[in-house]
Amino acid sequence: MAPGGVRVEIKREPLDILKAGPGAGEIDASDFRSRGLAARDMLRGDLDDEALEQYVSERVLTTTLERVVAWGQGNSIYPLTFGLACCAIEMMTIVAARADIARFGYEVLRASPRQADLIILSGRVSIKMAPVVRRLYDQMLEPKWAISMGACCSSMGVFNNYALVPADKFMPIDVHVPGCPPRPEALMHGILRLRKKIQEGPDLGWRQRYGAIGTEEVIGPDAAEGSSAINVFEGGDTAGA
Amino acid sequence: MPDATGLELTAQALREANADSVLGTVFFRGRAVIIANPPHVHEVLEHLKAQGYSFLASLHGVDYYPEEPRLGVLYELLDMKQVDRITVKARVHTDAPQIASAVDLWPGADHPEREVYDMFGVEFEGHPDLRRILMPEDYEGFPQRRDFPVGGEPVLFTYNEEKSYGKAQ
Repeated sequence: MAPGGVRVEIKREPLDILKAGPGAGEIDASDFRSRGLAARDMLRGDLDDEALEQYVSERVLTTTLERVVAWGQGNSIYPLTFGLACCAIEMMTIVAARADIARFGYEVLRASPRQADLIILSGRVSIKMAPVVRRLYDQMLEPKWAISMGACCSSMGVFNNYALVPADKFMPIDVHVPGCPPRPEALMHGILRLRKKIQEGPDLGWRQRYGAIGTEEVIGPDAAEGSSAINVFEGGDTAGA
Repeated sequence: MPDATGLELTAQALREANADSVLGTVFFRGRAVIIANPPHVHEVLEHLKAQGYSFLASLHGVDYYPEEPRLGVLYELLDMKQVDRITVKARVHTDAPQIASAVDLWPGADHPEREVYDMFGVEFEGHPDLRRILMPEDYEGFPQRRDFPVGGEPVLFTYNEEKSYGKAQ
């Protein structure tokens, strides 16, 4: 640097995170050399009682396994590649650049229900499609979640007629996203609400309230022909809402 | 389209073959319609096919409620050489909704006839595989009939979830 130029003075300050520690008095936190020595003592087994406790409390964060697992599950939801109707167009958008669910770790859309955690029912479900959707949901491994996207899937929206069935009638839904269709942002919000639900609450919501845990379809070897179909309409009971 | 005279000539030819086969003709806004007697609709279609109307453009059902007979089966025929179209209508009662199948004339009538059966309950005699095509096979009723309720499910909200499915213990 030329004489008379700008002088830059670098002051060595202890990092805030080290200063704030509970043991800032005994071990000089700003001195990395002493910390390194303490670590060596610890490994040798020379650190005892108070110093050992000090060492551990500075470096170890305790939590429960459930919380860690839930944290991980909430941040790596794999949605199923599955579209039903026009809502699926909006669903595709959330993996594209503008909404980009990869920011949260949900970009891995699995093509097999066996590898997926989340099924997004993006569109209207007809009576004939309902058993197929239910079979896909049953094929998913626990833990698994379901989002009902759009008005048709939740309340049948503009197609409230003889041909459709609401998703709540044949499978437990965790999050309902309203809209016709919902904007990608709305679906993103729904997925983030699901993350909150996974990470924070043991409450399984609808599944708990409706006793839906363990209601998965199981077909025994002696099931009669055609009994695998879930007929969501009761015969003759089409009198309507 | 045949003009009104052409329609009458066609109908006359059909009546000469079988006096009962044609109930009437309608010529409205350039469309020629032959109203066929349901028991003889197959003869009419066969005759028209031989005459040149060799393409079945559409086969569909109509419910004319409250008029009787209620159920209509409409055949839209096309003569691709003369570029000529003609419609054949046959109307049946809901009590006896039987009509001859046209699958032997046009194999493509298979799925349209299944759909008309599915939605309106018209039974096509001689159809090789007459079962529902769109609705589940164990569905009851014919949803496109006009006396069929629109249907739909009661929508589940928080205020009525207590009396909904799964909660009735």
